[in-house]
Amino acid sequence: MPAVQETVARVREIDVDQYKYGFVTDIESERAEQGLNEDIVRFISAKKDEPEWMLEWRLDAYRRWRTMTEPNWARVDYPPIPYDDLYYYSAPKAFVAPKTLDDVDPELLRTYEKLGIPLREQEILAGVEQRRVAVDAVFDSVSVATTFKAELAKAGVIFCPISEAIREHPELVKKYLGSVVPTTDNFFATLNSAVFSDGSFVYVPKGVRCPMELSTYFRINERNTGQFERTLIIADEGAYVSYLEGCTAPMRDENQLHAAVVELVALDDAEIKYSTVQNWYPGDAEGKGGIYNFVTKRGDCRGKNSKISWTQVETGSAITWKYPSCILRGEGSRGEFYSIAISNGRQQVDSGTKMIHLGKNTTSKIISKGISAGHSQNTYRGLVSAHRKASNARNFTNCDSLLIGENCGAHTVPYLEAKTSTAVFEHEATTSKISDDQKFYCQQRGLSEEEAVALIVNGFVKDVLQQLPMEFAVEAQKLISISLEGSVG
Amino acid sequence: MSGATGAMNADIRPIRTAAETALGDLFASVRDALPGGRAVSAAREQGFAPIAARGLPSRRVEEWKYTDLRALMRVAQPLSGPPSAADIAAARALLPFAEVEAARAVFVNGAYVAELSDPLDGLEGVSVRRLPDALEAGGGAVLAPFGLPEGEPAAGLNAAFVGDGLVIEVAAGARPDKALHVANVQVGVGHAAYGRVAATLGAGAAFTLIESHVGDAGAHQTNGLVSLDLADAAELTLVKLQDEGLATLHLATLTARLGARTKLSSLALSAGSAAARQQLFVSFEGDHASAELTGAGFAGAKRHLDTTLVVTHDALHCASREHFKTALDGQARSVFQGKIVVKPGAQKTDGKMMAQALLLSEDAEADAKPELEIFADDVVCGHGATVGALDDELLFYLKARGIPQGEAEALLVRAFVGEVLEGVEDEPLRDALLDRAARWLVARD
Repeated sequence: MPAVQETVARVREIDVDQYKYGFVTDIESERAEQGLNEDIVRFISAKKDEPEWMLEWRLDAYRRWRTMTEPNWARVDYPPIPYDDLYYYSAPKAFVAPKTLDDVDPELLRTYEKLGIPLREQEILAGVEQRRVAVDAVFDSVSVATTFKAELAKAGVIFCPISEAIREHPELVKKYLGSVVPTTDNFFATLNSAVFSDGSFVYVPKGVRCPMELSTYFRINERNTGQFERTLIIADEGAYVSYLEGCTAPMRDENQLHAAVVELVALDDAEIKYSTVQNWYPGDAEGKGGIYNFVTKRGDCRGKNSKISWTQVETGSAITWKYPSCILRGEGSRGEFYSIAISNGRQQVDSGTKMIHLGKNTTSKIISKGISAGHSQNTYRGLVSAHRKASNARNFTNCDSLLIGENCGAHTVPYLEAKTSTAVFEHEATTSKISDDQKFYCQQRGLSEEEAVALIVNGFVKDVLQQLPMEFAVEAQKLISISLEGSVG
Repeated sequence: MSGATGAMNADIRPIRTAAETALGDLFASVRDALPGGRAVSAAREQGFAPIAARGLPSRRVEEWKYTDLRALMRVAQPLSGPPSAADIAAARALLPFAEVEAARAVFVNGAYVAELSDPLDGLEGVSVRRLPDALEAGGGAVLAPFGLPEGEPAAGLNAAFVGDGLVIEVAAGARPDKALHVANVQVGVGHAAYGRVAATLGAGAAFTLIESHVGDAGAHQTNGLVSLDLADAAELTLVKLQDEGLATLHLATLTARLGARTKLSSLALSAGSAAARQQLFVSFEGDHASAELTGAGFAGAKRHLDTTLVVTHDALHCASREHFKTALDGQARSVFQGKIVVKPGAQKTDGKMMAQALLLSEDAEADAKPELEIFADDVVCGHGATVGALDDELLFYLKARGIPQGEAEALLVRAFVGEVLEGVEDEPLRDALLDRAARWLVARD
């Protein structure tokens, strides 16, 4: 594997505590008042110029959230979150939705450049070899730039900040928002419903294959802010879309809250491929700081023969609480989940998926690779269920864990529920360390121990990496090596 | 999971059910009258405390998610009185394993019956005492749990109400040539019966314990607890048959503590009762020990079979194998919850767990939750779970050779569970278990 030398070299360049994306952008910003009450919800809604029905929807969620208690079943441990001391809205000051990229604050563009996100369309167009990717960039609470909009519009694809969609496509938003993850769903999703500030909205009309990859980059910049983005993707009959999501945040001593909701709707014969590279700041080696990532992601295969596929590479966050799920409602629909979750330092990951088979002849596949190093805890938690009418439901699950070092933990908590005899479920899980034989074999052929580990780990996660779009796969491979830096020897 | 709202409301307690109230009243009235008297009442109270505080476990309690004891136990049956001569006669007819060579200790409706039993001192190097005697002599120590999760409710109920049972001590190096068969028989209209077997094996001892649970069609509630304490290099084989009447609620807990180089082999066949839950808590406390836990289960109609186990590795170089198979017909439901825990420093652990359910009817249901919880890096652990129907191609193969559908199914199911049952070394015992399996395959009850 040619990447090995490069990744190892790159790992050396970067000190483990030097989270690459840990810089702060010095930009004036406007925040809502500290704390959370109905006025804050009204403030956010007013900032976004939202119609009355949207405000009501938010307030409804807010009132319900006040009656809920935080879930505590996950294998994660963190001090109580002071929900009433957080800032729920932060935006670059004097923010006016930009018409073209030239209207965007150059400081912001520089930030995204540093993050390696190609916001400038020209640059991308100039690079002949590169595939084109439309980007929606979200900075703290607002979407700052969406590229390639005009070209996408030609194909009939709507790709815009969700705040804009609420204003300009209310019929679509009303029909689909909250239809997969209802406002009553869980503590964090309900909080998100009340205070979400931005996110992406995608609608791919009937029979359209989205001409390029769509992508969102999320960035938390401001201190003490929570980021609550909301993504809604609808693939109409026969449509196809591939969507990428990336996340970073500055290094801070305090923990920051991120509670996002992602809803996917696939109608008849539609397909949605959703890929995430999550690289929020994980905290330092002692576990100080880092992002609390409490995310609800769910896809609804509503139509016949629809397909939703989740691919995630989780390397960041102090705490990850995330279960991208598929509701397989449509006859013959298919759900897939490919995950690499890497934890190092004091990170805690509790992640997995739910495959809920409701329709006939539905199939699902789960491939999960967990790697724990340092003092981290890594848990796979998943549910596969087939309901009475889901005849011929099929699931294959494979979750493997790799342990590096003696102070980390790897846990597997799968739930299998079969209510029909025609369901066939297969589940297998293994936990092991990198075998000395494998390492010896590599080292004997001239690789250093670090190189050998990088090579073996890359092989271990290959099944999942292959599912990622090209440019993400390369990025993810490097991230994996960086995340494991310091775990050997 | 993110979608479940259930977990968030876990602390909201509904009003006490009739069964919970009855259990509380019953405990208050019998606590001091049960064997051991006041001397052991602290141990009994400790057992009852979780029920007193939280009631019976419901599906909102994670460990009881699939087996809602509050719903299954609508009423609390009264404790059984001493068996009458008619009861004893009825029990005699129900005793299993007549052809198996073993010393027999028989409990009818929870009480020891000498006339059906062999003398307790018949095994060389083995001291067998009755539980009431041990309680009188040794206080509540024998009721104090080891290796149980904090506040475990089924074992707690057993500690609170148990009246009879055996305390077995196998001397170091003793290898008696015969097994001990503890038979539990329930007869009558419906009562609660609690039993306990506490076995301690000295270093290098080897012992075989057979446990059977049978009964008539009364709505009985049985709760058994077996605790096994193995000193270094001891070997224990445990075979359990659960074949109670189809109206019985069966709760059973096995707890085992394994010293260095010990071997534990446990096999259970569950073919009876309306609802049954077998819990196993096994912990490795010495290096180089091994345990093999296996089980086969059959259920038809609306029966419910639960196997819940936690194997804790807290020593070096230990190996555990868990293999459980269930065949389900009608609207029966099987539950498997298995957890392998590897504690920090328990290096070179080798753990493998497999749960398989075969659904023979449209409406049968199988739930499985095989867990791994691992805190050491130099380990090899794995688990597998499968749920499915019989392979159509295999059925077709047999039918094409003139074997009728029912028989072909029986053959395949027999092969499916045979893998587990054929591991029993004692031939008459193995035949008796296979015979019981064969009878289920005809009746499918």
